[in-house]
This record gives sequence, structure tokens and C-alpha cells, in this order.
Amino acid sequence: MSQYDVINSRATRIDSQDKATGRAVFIDDMKMPGMLYGAILQSPLAHAEILSIDTSAAKKLPGVKAAVTSQEAGLIKYGVSPARYDETIFCYDKVRHVGDNIAAVAATDLETAMAALSLIKVEYREMPAVFTVEEAMSDGAPILHEEYPRNICAEVHQEFGDVETAFKECDLIKTTSFVNKRQDAAFIEPQGCIADYDLSGTLTLYSSTQVPHYVQRTLAMVLKLPVGKVRVVKPYVGAGFGIKAAANHIELAACLLSMKTGRPVKMNFDREQVFLHGRARHQFFHTMTTGVKKDGTLMALKHECYLNGGAYSSFGIATVYYAGSLLGGPYRLPNMKYDGYRIYTNLPACGAQRGHGGVAARACWEQQLDMIAEELGMDPIDLRLKNMMVAGDVTCNDLNMSSLGMKECIEAVKEGSDWKNKKGRLPKGKGIGMACGFFVSGAGYPIYRSDTYHGTAVIKLTEDGGTALVYTASAEIGQGSDTAFAMIAAEALGIPLECVRLESGDTDFGVDLGAYSSRQTLMTGHAVKEAAESVKLQVLEVLSRELKIPVYDMDIKKGVIVFKKEKPDFSGLRTRYIKEHRGWTDNPAPEEDLSFREASRIAYLAKGSIVGTGKYKPPELGGKFKGATVGTSPAYGCSAQVVELSVDMETGQIAIEKMTDAHDCGRAINRTSVEGQMEGSVSMGIGEALYEEVKFDDKGRVINADLAEYKIPTALDMPHVETIIVESNEPNGPFGAKEVGEGAIMPTIPAILNAVYDAVGLRIFELPLTSERVWTAMKIRAKG
Amino acid sequence: MKKLISLTVNGKSYQIATEPNQTLADLLRYELGLFGTKKGCEMGDCGSCTVIMDGKPVNSCLVLAMQANRRSITTIEGLESEKGLHPLQQAFAEKGAIQCGFCSSGMILSAKHLLDKNPKPNEAEIRSAISGNLCRCTGYQKIVEAVKGVRG
Ligand code: FES
Ligand code: FES
Repeated sequence: MSQYDVINSRATRIDSQDKATGRAVFIDDMKMPGMLYGAILQSPLAHAEILSIDTSAAKKLPGVKAAVTSQEAGLIKYGVSPARYDETIFCYDKVRHVGDNIAAVAATDLETAMAALSLIKVEYREMPAVFTVEEAMSDGAPILHEEYPRNICAEVHQEFGDVETAFKECDLIKTTSFVNKRQDAAFIEPQGCIADYDLSGTLTLYSSTQVPHYVQRTLAMVLKLPVGKVRVVKPYVGAGFGIKAAANHIELAACLLSMKTGRPVKMNFDREQVFLHGRARHQFFHTMTTGVKKDGTLMALKHECYLNGGAYSSFGIATVYYAGSLLGGPYRLPNMKYDGYRIYTNLPACGAQRGHGGVAARACWEQQLDMIAEELGMDPIDLRLKNMMVAGDVTCNDLNMSSLGMKECIEAVKEGSDWKNKKGRLPKGKGIGMACGFFVSGAGYPIYRSDTYHGTAVIKLTEDGGTALVYTASAEIGQGSDTAFAMIAAEALGIPLECVRLESGDTDFGVDLGAYSSRQTLMTGHAVKEAAESVKLQVLEVLSRELKIPVYDMDIKKGVIVFKKEKPDFSGLRTRYIKEHRGWTDNPAPEEDLSFREASRIAYLAKGSIVGTGKYKPPELGGKFKGATVGTSPAYGCSAQVVELSVDMETGQIAIEKMTDAHDCGRAINRTSVEGQMEGSVSMGIGEALYEEVKFDDKGRVINADLAEYKIPTALDMPHVETIIVESNEPNGPFGAKEVGEGAIMPTIPAILNAVYDAVGLRIFELPLTSERVWTAMKIRAKG
Repeated sequence: MKKLISLTVNGKSYQIATEPNQTLADLLRYELGLFGTKKGCEMGDCGSCTVIMDGKPVNSCLVLAMQANRRSITTIEGLESEKGLHPLQQAFAEKGAIQCGFCSSGMILSAKHLLDKNPKPNEAEIRSAISGNLCRCTGYQKIVEAVKGVRG
């Protein structure tokens, strides 16, 4: 039996009935009176100087209300990280990738807007373009951004301990390289927005975003409006996975067009634009050298990584840091050296996607650890357990594992998969493999340097008592955060979940950094819990005065007031309550306990509206070295997975047959949602491992910008996933909770790589593991 | 040139003028206000626009409104009855089969079509029936479990 009344259960999500019936409102389901439709003109070329832009014919087309370029938009630079603001709303000097933004129009309907785009004349002078890391870094290569020679957008050089000295003490040193492919997040709802600049000069943007707060700041900065005049509201969002975690071009363009026309403007991406502007997973080129002792003790890791970043920085600086820093754990690793380079190329920009920066690195290293285990004659699980950190350990790069159920996760999947009887014992063509991983529960620092709270919450009790209204600016994007916060509020306040109503995703409700880096459960959760506790205390304080009982001798549980000592005579309060509700049929009977509803009404009568606030920011985290902030977090979630698969020896086709997945989420607020994150992570990992690759032609155009040619897993591709929740009770989390949304993807790809080796005896160092790639590898080996 | 068509949607008949290039998805959403039908790709690849037309699931983004002339359409809004949510809707909500919910309308309609013609499908049949409906959030497991829970 759980010690909790609300959390740690399988409560039905508070939004699921609306979603099951089609009632839930997403951005394209919204319409406003007088609304215009906007469209953007994109570059057909990968790299070209803009000689002239002529919008005059477009402006004359009947129905067109505005056409804007950099002339109207101005040249204020923005981006994700203030250290690399390298974008403007529209290009002015040159275009840097196919799809780069040149102009936008607003018209009375979408057809007219599209027709207007075709009337805009742009003269270009085409320039040589670079598409690969090698091309971009070669001598004499064309430069995308003048300030960044050799097209190096960002570089990282870190060393913890002394890697070369440690290598001298090693019995085995192993070097491998690994490359993934650019992935697309392939959420099913394309981005969209409606901007409404009203007569009072307030700009409201409704948008399918993960981060209302950052979008609000970007709009204010670029459009030169006070933050208080910019409101960002998020309706239901059809998932984001990191890609909707920064302001995008249509958000900015729609706002500009609304300010120009004085009318609401709607803009949507189509599916091809999701590929062009969705800043998803980078391509990473990793080379890792790991040294170990004979007994398997990990001694040192030397790591070099190049990222093909595309034309702009987006999240890239954080990405290149994460690619290194997230190897600091979960194994004890005393010495680590990392050199990372993010390179500008004339492709659409890459950014952050589920498992930000760490997924390919984890795949490379966990495969290498298996190779090392084999050479040492150790079971790969034993090698991992031998080096595993425990709660309280700090990595060489100063990440503090305040809780770590990694060992429990490994044991759970070992048991759950019957590893002992399968590893090395399956017939040819069948394989089993495992891997581990971990991830932050929220970035330790905001994206812009600031002492801001990372989350605030307000809870107000309805004046009639009985219902708690929870307001946060956090972003429900499908992961279930609204339900988690309603549950946290109900638990902390001591009332049933049905007595909580919740609104979120609106910058008017406070500050919340939003849904990225798996932060909300821990950070927003803390703020909500604090607000609920404040409200509870206020109610109990009034009762304390009325009944002359110390606050600490009372509690609220399951919606009734608990008197820890003798039950007082509260009939006076009850009479007052009932007097105010003459004719009501649900008034309490004399023998009933004093209800929360009565108590909160009495509290209102004494004090006015009962409002509680909560806030959260992490303590100062991390070391003092350059980039020490990236990778810090108040807590780390972790997981282990075992995969069983078969490889068709004729065709090289891989079929995933079973996954056993254990994740330490600290404390599960909603068990069903935790499993949902685990299962969803596994499916995204399987997609990246087996099929997914955004492909370009030699002009830098995406050639598979649709969900037919860019294949993601269907129901037929997914195996049964055995999910095991491990609960380590994180000291820094609300009720002990920490992340699950991203750590759960970390082991999937390397577990598959290791299982493929178990099945066919081949190590493959490039994704995706298409049947062609596996077949070719088998063919080459057969030839010797 | 607009043309007048008549069709039945969720048991209610409509006469409506439509452009020759208007899709059924757009007609349902923007003319009839049935926004439960979603559009994830408008190319027939994702299944989020699935509706049931004369007893068969179709991607309504690939069907022209004209082609729906004299046909009967069921959308997600047509599944509820006076008794409340359809058992599939209830099961999806309770079993965690819905995360972002953008795929859910199409997914539920594909599942309903399956159960209408095969009340006791096995897991493979369930997976096959929803294989044209992409979901990026759930990994499909809880969706499959929800359908299993409703089958006869
Ligand atoms: S919107 Fe019709 S199949 Fe995707
Ligand atoms: S629940 Fe998000 S796409 Fe299925």
C-alpha cells in the first residue's frame, strides 16, 4: 500500500477525456474574428547572397494585407543561447540553407497568401555551399558566419584528471568511432500559431510551444515590446520532443504581421516545413578511447566529437557540451578528456531532441564497454556493475548523483529478461544486449544567464471552498505534466484529485522555463507543492484561531480536517457554513467530519481569498570550469534496458522482439504516465537505431521530408516493452520525484547494437541499422 | 466553382457547397467545425485524419469533399452517445493510451472499425489495424492494451 493518497497511483489523466472525444483544442482548431493567414517565403538555395527583394506585386494582390521582409522586421539578432544570437527574423544579406526565411505575407485566406509569395521577386547570387563537417572545416571553405572562422560555431576542450597518465596504468585501451544520422522529431502535430496584437498594444501569441516563457522573452526582445505587453498562451500541443523548445520563425513573423495589420494572423508549418525548421537531433561523429584495468576498473576516457550543426546555432552550444559532459556518469570514471566541435554547414539548423546531446555519445560508449567486457572475458553486466556509481557519488565533472537506482535497474532487467539463460546461448541470428544511461532532471541553469526562478505556481481556493485552482506557466505537451501537478497539489493539500482544477501554459500565470531538459516534474512540481502547503497552512491557521488548537495538532487528508488529538467541538463553524448555504442539498450532516470545504470557506470569511504561491530554483550546482553548468541538475534519472532481437541472415533485417526496461524516476507521481514516457522513449530510440535518417540531395534539399519516406516506428514495428519502475526517493525532488522523459531513451540504441553483435557477431558503428547496412556488413565479413 | 453535395456526418445530414479541391478533412474541420479530426501531414501518411466513410476507415486528407457526396461519415465526435463515452474512448483515457492526443481521434476510429468487423482480435490483428496511424508519443503499447481491454 502506498503511503500516499493521490500520487504514486494510476490516476486517469485530467486531459484524456477531452482528447479521447476530440474536444481538446490544439492550435489549428482555433479561429479568431477577422483572422488573416500568413505564409513565409523560403530560400530555394543553400547559400546565396540576396541582391534584391521586391514585394510590390505581392502587396498589390487583392486580399493581401501585408508583406514584410528584413526592412520591416529589423536586424535584431536572436537565437537560443545569448552567447550565439545568430539569426534575424528574415535574412538580409544572404541565405544559409534551403528553407531560410526571406519574407512573409498575410492575406485574407491561405490561397491568397500562397499566391502572394509567388509574386515576390528575389534576386540571388548563388555561392558555394558546404554540407559536411569535412567540407565546412576545409581550407578555403565558404564561411557561413563571418565571425566564426573554419565554420566552428562552438568548441569545447575539457580535461578532468589526467587521461594520458591514467592510460599508462591501463591493461586494455580501446578506440572506436561512431556516427548517427540527423533525426527528425516527427511529432504528429506540425507547429502553428496565432498572433493577436490588440488595440491596447498587447501582443498575445497562441502557439504550439513547449516553452511559453522563452518565446515571450524572444518576442519582447526582437519586436521591442515590454515583457508585460507580451503574453504567450499554449493550447494543447501535439508533442515537441525538444523541437518546440525555442521561438520559431512563424511565431515571430505572425507577431510582426499582426502588429502591421492590427488583425490576428495565423501561421502553420506544413510537414515539409517541420523537416526544414524543426531543429532536431544533430549528426554526431564520435571517437572514443577508453582505458581499463584487467579487473574491469574504468580508468580514463578520451573523447572527440564533431557535430554537423546546420546553418544556425539554435541549442547547439548546449548540445556540444552535453555530448561530452553526460559521459561523466553513471560509471565511476576518474579521468575524462573531451574535445567537441559544432560546425556550421549549409543545412537546416539542428537543435535539441529527447536525450539532448547524449544519445549518440551513449550509444558509442556503451557499445565500446561491451567490446571491452568481451576482451576481458567479463559479462557486460558485471563490468557495468563493477564501475557503477552509487547515491552520493560525484562525477569527475562535478555532477552530483544525489540518488541513483542504477544498480537496481540493472538487476531488474537482468532478472526480467532472464539474461543468465540467454546471454551467449541464443541460436545464431538471435541476440540479446543491454546498456545503461542517465539524464538530468532539469538543467541546473536557465538558458539565459539569470537568477530567475525556474518555476512559480499560484494556488487559489475558490471562495466557496472545496476547490483548489492551480496556475502555472508550465507546458503540458503530452507528457502528462498537468496531471502530475494536479496530483502533487492534491497530495500536498490533502484533498482528492477531483477537487483540483488546473490551468497552465500561459505566461500570465507566472514564470516557468517550460518543458525541456526533463525539468517540470521536479522543478514545477516543487513550486506547486510549496504553493499547496502554503494554502493548507493558511486554512489551518484560521481553524487554529477559531478552535484554539495549535496548527501542528491538525492536518488535512482526503478532504477532511484531521484532529490529531481530541476532536474539538466545531459545531459553531458548521452552523456558520450551513447558514450561508440555505436550500443547498449537500450540506454536511452533524456526525460528519469537518470538511476541507467548510474549513476553506471559514478561512475565506476570515481572510479574503486564500492564495498560496510557490517557487523553485536549484541551488548553485557544478564546478568552476568553463561550461561547468551544462549537465548540472538537482537530480538524475537513470535506466537500464535489455533488448532481444533477431537478424534475418538472408536480408539483414532486424526485428526487435522484446525490451525489458527499468527506470529510476525517484518517485512515480503517476505510474501510468511514467510507463508511457518509458515506452515512448524506447520507440523513438528504436526508430533512430533502425530507420530514421533525414536525407539531402547535393543541393542541400531534404529529399525525404514526409512521414512516408522518413520512416518512424508503427505499431507493427514495436515489440512488447516490459516496463519496471524503480523508485529511489530523490532527496531533491518533490515527494522524491525526478525525471523519466529522456533518460529512458539513452540505453535503447546501444542495447540494440550490443544485441546485434550477440546475434551475428558484427560490430556496426553507423546508424541506422537498415537491412542494407547489416546485410553489407555480413557480406564483407563473409568475403573475409 | 463550388458544387453542392449532401452527406451524412455522425447521423446528421448536411447539404453544403464545396470547392472541387477541398478535402474532406478541411470540410469537416473548417466548414462543420468538427475539429476532432486532426491533420498531421495532409499527405496520407500519418492517419491522424482518419474517419469512417461508409463503414471503411479513410484518410480524410486524401478524400475530396466531392467524393463524400451521398456518403455517411463517422468522426470522433460521433462516437459518444447519451450513455457517455464509447468504451474505446473510455479505455484509451483510462489506460494511458493518450499522451499528446493528436493521434488519438484517428487511432480510436481505426480501432473501432477493427472491433466492428472483428470483435475478438488478437494482438497482431490490433497492431495491424492501427499500423496506418502513427503515434510518436506512446510506443503504441498502451494503445494496444486499451483495445485489448475493450474486445469482446
Ligand atoms: S493528415 Fe491525413 S494522413 Fe496525415
Ligand atoms: S499520443 Fe502523441 S502522437 Fe499519439
